[in-house]
Amino acid sequence: MSHIWLFFLLASLVSGGLSGQLSHLSVAAMQGAQEGVQLSLALAGALCLWSAVSRVMEKSGLSEKLSQLLSPFLSRIFPETCRDGAARSFLCANFTANLLGLGSAATPMGVSCVRRMQEFSRDKTRASNEMCRLIVMNTASIQLLPTTVAALRSSLGSSHPFEILPAVWVSSVCSVAVGLLAAFVLEERT
Amino acid sequence: MTELLVPLLLLFVSLYGLLRGQDVYACLLQGAREGLSTLLSIVPSLIILLTAISMLRASGFFDLSARFLSPLFHALGMPPELAPLMLVRPVSGGAALAVGAELMKTYGADSLIGKTAAVMLGSTETTFYTISVYFGASGIRDTRHTVFAALLADCTGFFMACLTTRLFLS
Repeated sequence: MSHIWLFFLLASLVSGGLSGQLSHLSVAAMQGAQEGVQLSLALAGALCLWSAVSRVMEKSGLSEKLSQLLSPFLSRIFPETCRDGAARSFLCANFTANLLGLGSAATPMGVSCVRRMQEFSRDKTRASNEMCRLIVMNTASIQLLPTTVAALRSSLGSSHPFEILPAVWVSSVCSVAVGLLAAFVLEERT
Repeated sequence: MTELLVPLLLLFVSLYGLLRGQDVYACLLQGAREGLSTLLSIVPSLIILLTAISMLRASGFFDLSARFLSPLFHALGMPPELAPLMLVRPVSGGAALAVGAELMKTYGADSLIGKTAAVMLGSTETTFYTISVYFGASGIRDTRHTVFAALLADCTGFFMACLTTRLFLS
């Protein structure tokens, strides 16, 4: 992260020099910090609302229902993992949390799943085929309701913040499909 | 259709919770409190990153990079204004959110560019962060084809975001 930050600073100095805008930089820095606070406040309401809703889904067993529904689909992509009970339940929980947009719950479940898969692999420092598939699936968003983005849109004056949903779903499905397909194809070669 | 989604979802989840004998209101409060702590964890990075991004914007960096990359983007049918978003998206979630907010503010949240930026943010993830968390936590050094496949998925997501926004939302 430190390198990115440094790159941002250098890039703004260089391109400021190129376009003759150097004198605006110090005002822009202060304004940017202020915008950070405003953006956080704009996101606060929606973020709290959706974590509240997902908490209810978790407590009432709705999330678990969803993960049972998904397990036939997951056992196709992760046949070896699904043979082990513990790995399978981590996998389902990870997938469901991703669908519901609970990144903070999805990551620990996914990491536990990888650790469990590791117990069955011979070389502990090498990623197995199914580990690669799992991580690729986690790097491609499969969120049903992109609530943070919707909150951002409504705070910036969008009239229908959720109208992007169909486009988001189609794009997500395509990107996950291409990622998994690439993983399957490349498994043979590496 | 999509306008009714939120109220119906709220109703369904609450009814289901009540029928299952949960104290729905207490759960909501607890969840909202967790939301606040999530928010607190991203506020510092938003402030710091928006400082840098505001400087980048004032320096003309986004215009320069858009001009530099525009032939490539035109060939793919993607708006060159979105180049900065695609560059930071796999690296930092906070920075991507900040760049996306900037685009929506400049061009309007309901403009084609604003909508495409939103679809991109909604259909991709912070790829490098996720990969480093997973492999870091499990001590795996040989990551094989993971990075390549994940980046290919991101590129697909970006391209499809442009395509679907044009097809469904304009």
